[in-house]
Amino acid sequence: MEVGIVGYGAYVPRHRIKVEEIAKVWGADAPSYKKGLMLREKSVPTPDQDTITMSVEAARHAVRRAGIDPALIGAIYVGSESHPYAVKPSGTVVAEALGATPEIHCADMEFACKAGSEGMFVALSLVKAGQMPYALGIGADTSQGAPGDALEYSASAGAAAYIFGREKIVAVCEDTYAYMTDTPDFWRREYQFYPRHAGRYTGEPAYFKHVLSCARGLMAKSKTTPADFRWAVFHQPNGKFPMRAAQELGFSKEKVEQGWLSPTLGNTYSGSSPMGLSAILDVAKPGDRILMVSYGSGAGSDGFIWRVTDHITAVQGLAPHTRAQLEDRPIYIDYGTYAKYRGKIRKLAE
Amino acid sequence: MREVAVIGVGMNRWGELWEKSHRTIWTEAALEAIADAGVDRVDAMYVGCMSGGLFVGQEHLGAMLADQLGMGPIPGTRVESACASGGLAFRQACLAVASGAHDIVLATGVEKMTDVDGGAATYALSTAADQEYECYHGITFPGLYAMMARDHMHRHGTTRQQLAAVAVKNHAHGVLNPLAQFPMKVTAEQVMESVMVADPLRILDCSPITDGAAAAVVVPLDMARQLSKQPPVRVAASAHATDALALHDRADLSWLASTAKAAELAYKQAGVGPKDLSFCEVHDCFTIAEIMVIEALGLAERGKGGAAAASGLTALGGKIPVNPSGGLKSKGHPVGATGVAQIRETVLQLRGACGQRQVKNASRGLTQNMGGTGASTVVHILERA
Amino acid sequence: MIGSARYWREIPQRYRYEAAKCAKCGRVAFPPRLVCAGCRGREFTPVKLAQTGVVETFTVIHVAPTGFGDETPYAVGIVKLDDGVRVTAQITDCETGKLAIGDRVKLEFRRLQQDGESGIICYGYKFVPAIG
Repeated sequence: MEVGIVGYGAYVPRHRIKVEEIAKVWGADAPSYKKGLMLREKSVPTPDQDTITMSVEAARHAVRRAGIDPALIGAIYVGSESHPYAVKPSGTVVAEALGATPEIHCADMEFACKAGSEGMFVALSLVKAGQMPYALGIGADTSQGAPGDALEYSASAGAAAYIFGREKIVAVCEDTYAYMTDTPDFWRREYQFYPRHAGRYTGEPAYFKHVLSCARGLMAKSKTTPADFRWAVFHQPNGKFPMRAAQELGFSKEKVEQGWLSPTLGNTYSGSSPMGLSAILDVAKPGDRILMVSYGSGAGSDGFIWRVTDHITAVQGLAPHTRAQLEDRPIYIDYGTYAKYRGKIRKLAE
Repeated sequence: MREVAVIGVGMNRWGELWEKSHRTIWTEAALEAIADAGVDRVDAMYVGCMSGGLFVGQEHLGAMLADQLGMGPIPGTRVESACASGGLAFRQACLAVASGAHDIVLATGVEKMTDVDGGAATYALSTAADQEYECYHGITFPGLYAMMARDHMHRHGTTRQQLAAVAVKNHAHGVLNPLAQFPMKVTAEQVMESVMVADPLRILDCSPITDGAAAAVVVPLDMARQLSKQPPVRVAASAHATDALALHDRADLSWLASTAKAAELAYKQAGVGPKDLSFCEVHDCFTIAEIMVIEALGLAERGKGGAAAASGLTALGGKIPVNPSGGLKSKGHPVGATGVAQIRETVLQLRGACGQRQVKNASRGLTQNMGGTGASTVVHILERA
Repeated sequence: MIGSARYWREIPQRYRYEAAKCAKCGRVAFPPRLVCAGCRGREFTPVKLAQTGVVETFTVIHVAPTGFGDETPYAVGIVKLDDGVRVTAQITDCETGKLAIGDRVKLEFRRLQQDGESGIICYGYKFVPAIG
C-alpha cells in the first residue's frame, strides 16, 4: 500500500534583517559574506513567535490541505533545536491547538537541523506500519547564532509541517534512506545560550560527506539517477552549500532553485529542507519526482524520494504558498531591534 | 424607607503622600467628617477600596479601619466595585440608614496607590477589566478608554481638540481647589503634545495615580438637625446599574449604558431631569470619559458630548458646570476614594462653602462614579434640605 | 502572574477559539458561559469562532502593564469577526501608525505572556493583517 504526504504547510515570519545590517555592527565585509555564503537576508522571529507558534501555523496549513479531522492524527513529532521549554514538549501545545488531542502519540525530536526530517521519517513509518491513519511531522526553529559569529548571518526562523496518510496522497514516498556518523561539527551544551561550531570542519567531513553519501545511497537503493528527478532539495545552512551539493551530485540549478530558499530566508535549521520541499510542492506537477536530503550536525542525513500525484493540484491553493509568504510584505528591522527581539540585550533581572 | 441626609464630610490633600500609610490617610479623612458633622459616635462604617491587596497588600479593611478609628466593635464593611467603590460605599451607607438598620453611618473611600511602581499600578487598575479576555492581551485602562475614544471619534466626529478641552476645563477648576493633586492650568496644546500613553490618549488626558481618602456622615433626614449644626444635605436619589464587564461585549463601544440606566433611575427617584441640576461631579478618569458621561446623563445629545465640552457649557459659569472640584483629572483619582470625594464636593457646593469654585445658587447636584469601562455606575442626586 | 491551572482552563478558547451558541436566541458566547447574556437561555451548542474579521476600534499601547513593557508600542484592537462575535486582542506584524478602523485581520497563534524566565509560557491568539 502506498503511503505519502496528504497535507503540507509552511510558515515564514514577516520580519527580516539584511546581511549588511549585521555586518555593519561587527565590522564585517558584507559583500564578501553575501557572495561567499550566498545570503542576502534572513527571517527573524518576533518575541511572540517561537517553534511552537510557527509549528501551529504550519500545521494548520497542512490540516487545511489534507482536509482531515485533526482528531484522526495518531502521532505528532515536532523537530527543533529551539524548543521553547527545556522540559515540556512542544508537541502537546501544537496538538492541542490543532484539536488532535488526546488520542495521539507525541515526542519532540532533536538532532540539530535534521530534527524536522527525523519527525517526518518516524511519522511516515508509523503510517506505513499501519499503526494509525495519519501522523504529523514538523520541522521548526528560531535558531540563534552568537553575536558576531558567521552563524548570525544565517540563523533564522520558519516551520514546515507534513501530514502522512494512505488516502488522497499528494506525494507518495517511494523510498527513504538514512546516513549517520558521530561527527562533532556543531553543538550546544546544556544551559548554553548559543551553539558552537568547528569552523571549516563543518564543510567537507560534515555537511558534504553526509548529504552526498545520503543522496548517493538513496539513489543506489532506489536505482535512480538525477535524471529521474524533476526537483531536488538539500539542507540549506547557507546559500552556497546546497548549490554545491547539487552540482557534485549532478543536479542542474533549475532542479534545485525552487526549493532553494536560503538566500532570502536564511537557515531555518529543522525547518530548512522541509520548507524547501513545501516550496516545491506548491508548484509541482503530477508525476514529478523529488529528491530530499536533510542534514543535521552531529551528524546525519535523512533522504526521501517523493512522487507527486494527480491530487496535488487540488490542494496547492488551499493554504498560503511558501514563497508567497517569503515575499509577502517583509518588515525590515535594524540590528538593535533584532538584538532586542532575540534576547541578546542584557536587562534587569525580573 | 427613611429619607437620608449627609451632615458631615472630610477629605485630606491628595497627591503622592510618601509619608502617610493607607490607614493614616483614611483615618484623617474619617475623623474630619465626624468632626464636621459634630457627632460623637458612628453606628456602622463602609469603606470603598478597589485594591488594598494589590496596592498595599492589605485586605480586611472593614475591621482594620473601624479599629483605627477606635470604634472597634461597630460593623465595618469593605465595598468593592473597581473605581466606583467609593460611590457604592456611600450608597450602601445610605441604604443602611434608609432601611432603619443604623442611624449614624460613616461612608468612606480610600486608595494608597504610590507604594507600587507604574507597571504594578497599571496592572492593579487593569483588574477592573476582564482578566482572561481583555487584560491577558496586554490592554490597559488608558488603552480601553482609548479604544472608546477612537470609536467615538470615528462614529461621531469627536476631535482631538474636544478631548483636550475637557482637561483644560477641569485643570482650570482644580486650580481653585486647595486639596487638588495637580492644581495647575494646562493648555490644549500642552495636552495634545504630552506623552502618549495609549493612542489617542496622552498623559494629560488621563487622571493621575493618587493617594487619598474621603468620608461622609449619613443619617436619617429627620434626625439631621438634632444630630448636627451643619445644614443637612438631602440624598434625593441613589441609583446603581451594571453592564457587560468586557468592552467588546457592549452593543455600542462608546455609549455608557450603565450610566444612562443609573441616571434614568436617579432622575425618576428624585423627580427631576438634567435641566434641574445646578452642577455635576462626574467620573472623568480620562477626557473621553467625561464626554461620554455628559451624553449618558442627558446633559448633551448622544454623540455631541465633545462639542458640548468644548463649548463652555460645562465650565464654571457655564449652563451646567461639570466637575467644579477639578474632577479626577486635576483633583486626583485615588480610585476607591473618588466616589466619596464627589459627595464631599457636592455637599460643600450645596452648603455654599466652595469659595472661588462655588457654583452660583447651587441647589441640586448630581454625582456619577463609574467602575471599569463603565461596567458599574453609581449616581446620586443631592439637594439642599 | 498566571498559574498553570488558570492558564490551562482557557486552552479551548485560546488555542481553538471554542465558543457556545445559545440554542434559544442564537447569540454566540465567547468564552462559553452558563447563562446567555441575551435571553438567559441555558442550552448551548459548541461553535468555533470565525478566524477573520474587521478592526472596529484600536489603540496603540505606549505605557504597558508589568510583563508587556518590552513590546511597546503595540496595538490592541476590538475586532468584529466574520460571524459577528467581537474579541479583544493584539494586532501585530503591522505598522501601528497605518492601522485603521475597517482593516481586515486574521487570527494567528502567538506567545502572549510568560511568567518570568522560569515560569510557564502563555500562548493564544493575536491578529495580523490579512493578506490582500
